Amino acid sequence: MNPYVIKADKLTKQFGDFVATNQISFEVSKGEIFGFLGANGAGKTTAMRMLCGLLTPTSGTATVAGYDVYKQTEQIKRNIGYMSQKFSLYEDLTVIENIRFYGGIYGLPAKELKEESESLLEKLGLQDQSKKLVGSLPLGWKQKLSFSVAILHQPQVVFLDEPTGGVDPVVRRQFWDLIYDAAENGITIFVTTHYMDEAEYCNRVSIMVDGRIDALDTPGGLKTQFKAATMDEVFYQLARGAKRQAD
Amino acid sequence: MASVELHRLMKHYGKEKIPAVKDVSFSVKEGELFGLIGPDGAGKSSIFRMLTTLLLPDGGSATVAGYDIVTDYKAIRNRVGYMPGKFSLYQDLSVEENLNFFATLFNTTIQQNYELIKDIYVQIEPFKNRRAGKLSGGMKQKLALCCALIHKPEVLFLDEPTTGVDAVSRKEFWEMLRRLKQQGITILVSTPYMDEATLCDRIALIQNGEILTVNTPEQIVRNYPFPLYAIRSQRITHLLRHLKEYENTQSCFAFGEYLHLTFKQPHEKAVASVTDYLTREGHTGVECRQINPTVEDCFIQLMKTA
Repeated sequence: MNPYVIKADKLTKQFGDFVATNQISFEVSKGEIFGFLGANGAGKTTAMRMLCGLLTPTSGTATVAGYDVYKQTEQIKRNIGYMSQKFSLYEDLTVIENIRFYGGIYGLPAKELKEESESLLEKLGLQDQSKKLVGSLPLGWKQKLSFSVAILHQPQVVFLDEPTGGVDPVVRRQFWDLIYDAAENGITIFVTTHYMDEAEYCNRVSIMVDGRIDALDTPGGLKTQFKAATMDEVFYQLARGAKRQAD
Repeated sequence: MASVELHRLMKHYGKEKIPAVKDVSFSVKEGELFGLIGPDGAGKSSIFRMLTTLLLPDGGSATVAGYDIVTDYKAIRNRVGYMPGKFSLYQDLSVEENLNFFATLFNTTIQQNYELIKDIYVQIEPFKNRRAGKLSGGMKQKLALCCALIHKPEVLFLDEPTTGVDAVSRKEFWEMLRRLKQQGITILVSTPYMDEATLCDRIALIQNGEILTVNTPEQIVRNYPFPLYAIRSQRITHLLRHLKEYENTQSCFAFGEYLHLTFKQPHEKAVASVTDYLTREGHTGVECRQINPTVEDCFIQLMKTA
């Protein structure tokens, strides 16, 4: 069995002459929290879309949850979770309706879904809010709920695209508590962020520059390698050299 | 003289009268770079929209450049530049057409105020015939800033100009703001990134529509009421749980590779005692030292007492 939940080898995506993602190679282990950093336009979104089975690569290989990103995209979608700040829950459905909707989409059987929804509401302390519209909840609650819904079906890996953008400093930390919980339960976390302190919370971090992965190590290892005191400095040293100006 | 002055400004939304801005008062001096800092939903955009006369307040009052935001809205509109959080230029017009359009609206020309935008505009000038919708995020932001400046405003309002922008581009953007400030423009900028607070002359921290404090970043940090410690060990994942269970812990939060810790009783032996406790719990390599708080530490502390 493949010991890696994600394995990419020279994965590349080209749009015409433009090489958005250029031969990236890396592995992510089960239960690992993997930080996927890079400047705007470095190619993160393209890479993530390939790994989620939403975009066919131009060349290279990759497997996610043991499935091939060219041929087994439907199986990939069933075995991953996804959340981002931009795409999360339906604002005009209630909390419980959102949970049932996403649980249903991810194929949870009705009985299991009912049990899971109750334990989820309890875990988040949202029992009294379950009939409230999601649109009326504070952003921090939405983000926590959205993450919990994305892992309701116990996926092997969850992709988080800037999950904490704009949330307050306390909720941001509570959100990371949820991430640690999920990782301890064996869910692999693949996360992008613009907060450099959050890069420190990851087991390993990769930094993309102009479509390439220019650095990949533990936060401590990267700081040693780049003789930097903080991850902010590491990022600045690498991203400053970028030639590309895109979004 | 105050360039922007808010006095108990209030705004509620919807039938349920949900308060978005509660009794907000502060003033911004002429030529100041003033930051409004808080998470999404804190009321930052509502305040900006009231000050730029796009939204009527339900209570309180405010002046911008000496004019009342309700009765003198026309005078204010001539004197302020506003860059909303969402990109709001014409996507189908080229870079140059957008800039010309905004110059014409204010009865001026690009040439007349070119000096003001020169530094920023030269970076996007090579693409002046490109449609705005086809620009990269960073270039869109620069164009929007040029359009907000082209009529030489007295006060510039920038609503979350750096949200979702990477750390390098954020740094560049703040350098542009410092240069603009040198030209004497008063700048109000909002951001959810606490680390940007130190780049402002003064800041207001805001949460749930209420101002937590207004001061210089240095003074806010100095006002932090407790000794603050950074602590770490080889088992960082268990460290937080163990410290939360510890009897002398007042607060404990993750901050990058360290946790930030305050004690209920910050006596001389507090550090030695917590180190002993953690060693008993099986931690190795415990490192604990007193540090200066960041604005984010202050924000967390003020949130709790609000």
